[in-house]
Amino acid sequence: MKIAVCIKRVADMGARFQIGADGASVSDAGIKYDMSDFDEWAVEAALQLNEKHGGGEVTVISLGPDSAQETLRKALAMGADKAVHLKADRIPFDGFAIAEALAAELKDGGFDLVLFGRIAVDSAAGVTGAMVAELLDMPCVTAVSKLEVSGTTGTAERQVEGGVETLSFPLPALCTIDQGLVTQARYPSLKGIMAAKKKPMESKPAQLGAISVNVSKMELPPERSAGRIVGEGAAAVPELIRLLQTEAKVL
Amino acid sequence: MPTYKAPLDDMKFVLNDVIDYSRLTSLPGYADFDVDTAMSVLEGAAQFCEEVLHPINQNGDAEGCHIDHGAVTTPSGFKSAYQKYVESGWPALSADEAFGGQGFPQTLRFAVEEMICASNLSFGMFPGLSHGAYHALLMHGADDLKATWLPKLVTGEWSGTMCLTEAQCGTDLGLLTTKAEPRSDGSHAITGNKIFISAGDHDLTDNIVHLVLARLPDAPSGIKGISLFIVPKFLLHADGTPGAANGVRCVSIEHKMGIKASPTCVLAFEHSVGWLVGETNKGMRGMFTMMNAARLAVGMQGLGLSEVAYQNAVSYAKDRLQGRSLTGVKNPSGPADPLIVHPDVRRSLMTIRAFNEGARALSLWVGTHIDMHEKHPDPAVRKDADDFVALMTPIVKAYFTDMGFECTNMALQIYGGHGYIREYGMEQFVRDARIAQIYEGANGIQALDLVGRKLPAEGGRLLRFFFHPLSERLQRTVQDPQLKEFAEPLAKSFARLQQATQFIVMKAMSNPDEAGAASTDYLRMFGLVALGDMWLRMAEVSLAKLPTATGDRSFHDAKIKTARFFMTKMLPEVHGLFARIMAGAGPVMALEAEGF
Ligand SMILES: Cc1cc2nc3c(=O)[nH]c(=O)nc-3n(C[C@H](O)[C@H](O)[C@H](O)COP(=O)(O)OP(=O)(O)OC[C@H]3O[C@@H](n4cnc5c(N)ncnc54)[C@H](O)[C@@H]3O)c2cc1C
Repeated sequence: MKIAVCIKRVADMGARFQIGADGASVSDAGIKYDMSDFDEWAVEAALQLNEKHGGGEVTVISLGPDSAQETLRKALAMGADKAVHLKADRIPFDGFAIAEALAAELKDGGFDLVLFGRIAVDSAAGVTGAMVAELLDMPCVTAVSKLEVSGTTGTAERQVEGGVETLSFPLPALCTIDQGLVTQARYPSLKGIMAAKKKPMESKPAQLGAISVNVSKMELPPERSAGRIVGEGAAAVPELIRLLQTEAKVL
Repeated sequence: MPTYKAPLDDMKFVLNDVIDYSRLTSLPGYADFDVDTAMSVLEGAAQFCEEVLHPINQNGDAEGCHIDHGAVTTPSGFKSAYQKYVESGWPALSADEAFGGQGFPQTLRFAVEEMICASNLSFGMFPGLSHGAYHALLMHGADDLKATWLPKLVTGEWSGTMCLTEAQCGTDLGLLTTKAEPRSDGSHAITGNKIFISAGDHDLTDNIVHLVLARLPDAPSGIKGISLFIVPKFLLHADGTPGAANGVRCVSIEHKMGIKASPTCVLAFEHSVGWLVGETNKGMRGMFTMMNAARLAVGMQGLGLSEVAYQNAVSYAKDRLQGRSLTGVKNPSGPADPLIVHPDVRRSLMTIRAFNEGARALSLWVGTHIDMHEKHPDPAVRKDADDFVALMTPIVKAYFTDMGFECTNMALQIYGGHGYIREYGMEQFVRDARIAQIYEGANGIQALDLVGRKLPAEGGRLLRFFFHPLSERLQRTVQDPQLKEFAEPLAKSFARLQQATQFIVMKAMSNPDEAGAASTDYLRMFGLVALGDMWLRMAEVSLAKLPTATGDRSFHDAKIKTARFFMTKMLPEVHGLFARIMAGAGPVMALEAEGF
């Protein structure tokens, strides 16, 4: 199967973030970047599908500045076959502008399956995959937790409130991958890292759509003030209730 | 729970700007391993260490290893982590391509070792010992032995051990009594008891390759009568798969202070089949190959633990609010200022940081010399590089591990009582760091190796490879208006080191106890000056880069400030050590043994 996986380079969410000088972006200083977790699972899902069916080809695509190539290189080290870097001086917030650039690249690629992560862990908008499906006029299943392909039909499971939903759809199709499809994305092996150096990486300008949504301001959450211990055991209950009524005004 | 992020930016800085890594790529076989490739490998290793090895470090300590009917089990998570380690191909990193290795420069193995030790020292023992066994076999084994045993050691499917120690023989290997009796087919029957054997038995691999020191029936007594044998846990079927047990029994495992997820085994060999590695009665030669590599690796244990302890101490010192800054409130919105405002806390953090970054540069610098020794086409260059490594080995082993213990201890102190309890993981780092000062030759023995073997060797020839380049660098920098502040204190300390060297060499001729009494102080002095050399180089690079730096401005700024701290706050220890050395052995030995 020809599978494309669209992956995003995001900041390590465990970092201590600081707002950049423009007040509307995250400062780069001391921040490490890596592939968004859901995208990593999507790459893993693509590799597993092709391993199961034998043969095929996995293309990874990432939009962003030159550093996006590092993220693509990692996907190649995991086992993807080729990479396409859609060059842009930054990753805009506007999912639709990104979707247009990705769709332009995917349109004539002849892919049987296009995979995204369910959300990017930094912006958490979760819209880009669905927008691309619309632009390419492909069936779209979001938040897939299990994926099978047989012939030209795909079957996907989604976790829904209190149960599991099974859907089927014709290929080519687009799925966004949720946690749970794979327990763990594979780690790039030493051989994979070396092989990745020799795999094709194409870099070309991204055909971004018009950007109509911008981040105007970012703020860190206010620091929480220290909690207060009103007393211990049952003896403290009356005081606690009094405070909840008079100070917190929740009772 | 503690956290760990591999210091990739610093490693990249060292490779690119401090040790001139790229010159290695002109060595035969290394053309493919440019800095970019090196960094992608280090990133891969970093991810593995951070996400697979680090998360099982604390539970490994709590659970420890267990033995049941002679079979040792490792703590939960170790087996699957080891499987992933093997699947990802890490054991093969710098192993010889002829036996399935990837042939990467040894320099990179040092960097990877630092990360493994930082994330999970106990885990690191298994591949560490396998590498030692691999190396001894590669250098001294006959071709058929290599063909049989090396490939699976390289993949990590089998692991290795070093079996030296016996109850009556630790440092003094001449006392060992394990017997090797020739068998009709050219192999030997090995019988005897070994103690303290790391990874002597476990459930991670389906065979274990023991390298055992033993004595042949007609061997001379003492150290000249020791031979090296390879003794597998399981003998092999004709198809090379493990078959019958080979009479190697794990009798018990030790209960110990640290590295609890690494089993320390008492092994009984009962007519176990072994094959001679190298020549009869020349076993120490093979063992030394293994031990020299292993000593450097143990040095990396000290650095790795110091780094992980530092990272956690920094984040604790930023979060924990206690007291107010002596110079006025720094955190007006909080009930107190973070610990990091207090000069005494800052002193500890700076000390650990300056050690870590200096030691990292030094270790990779030594690493490049191993690569030069192994690959350079010119035999003279090869020999010089090897001599430099020989000189630096006891220093890296002992100074790094002494500092590993001191630094983890300082990091614990920053946590106060929270460092002493288990939850935060700091006390584990201290306990784990302690063993590195003892095994692979206790640090006192390293100091003796430095003053007794390395200094006098070939009329002080080894020293040249450290002394000459350093005096050239100092001559060049001591006049430089910007570098002067770094070069001057280093030049003074270097002069002390040279004086102490002369003093020891002269005195030791008439009384060897003089060398013995000075040895530990001298090794530490050498370590400090060697780190000073690294800090001078790093200061030079960062001073040159700072004016035009953009994204890495704060990195270079911190380097320069840390260099200044090292030169003014750590290096002066040299002068105290010097005074101690010059006081001679007299005060040490004056009270006779009976007086204690
Ligand atoms: C956790 C652990 C793992 C180990 N793993 C292994 C392993 O895998 N394989 C293996 O073979 N061994 C292993 N060892 C053994 C270790 O290498 C020895 O403990 C070490 O070599 C010291 O020997 P010893 O304990 O008998 O101490 P001793 O030799 O009795 O020495 C005690 C002290 O006296 C000092 N001393 C001894 N002789 C001299 C001298 N001539 N001059 C000055 N000072 C001297 C030493 O520096 C030391 O401080 C391990 C030990 C431990 C605790």
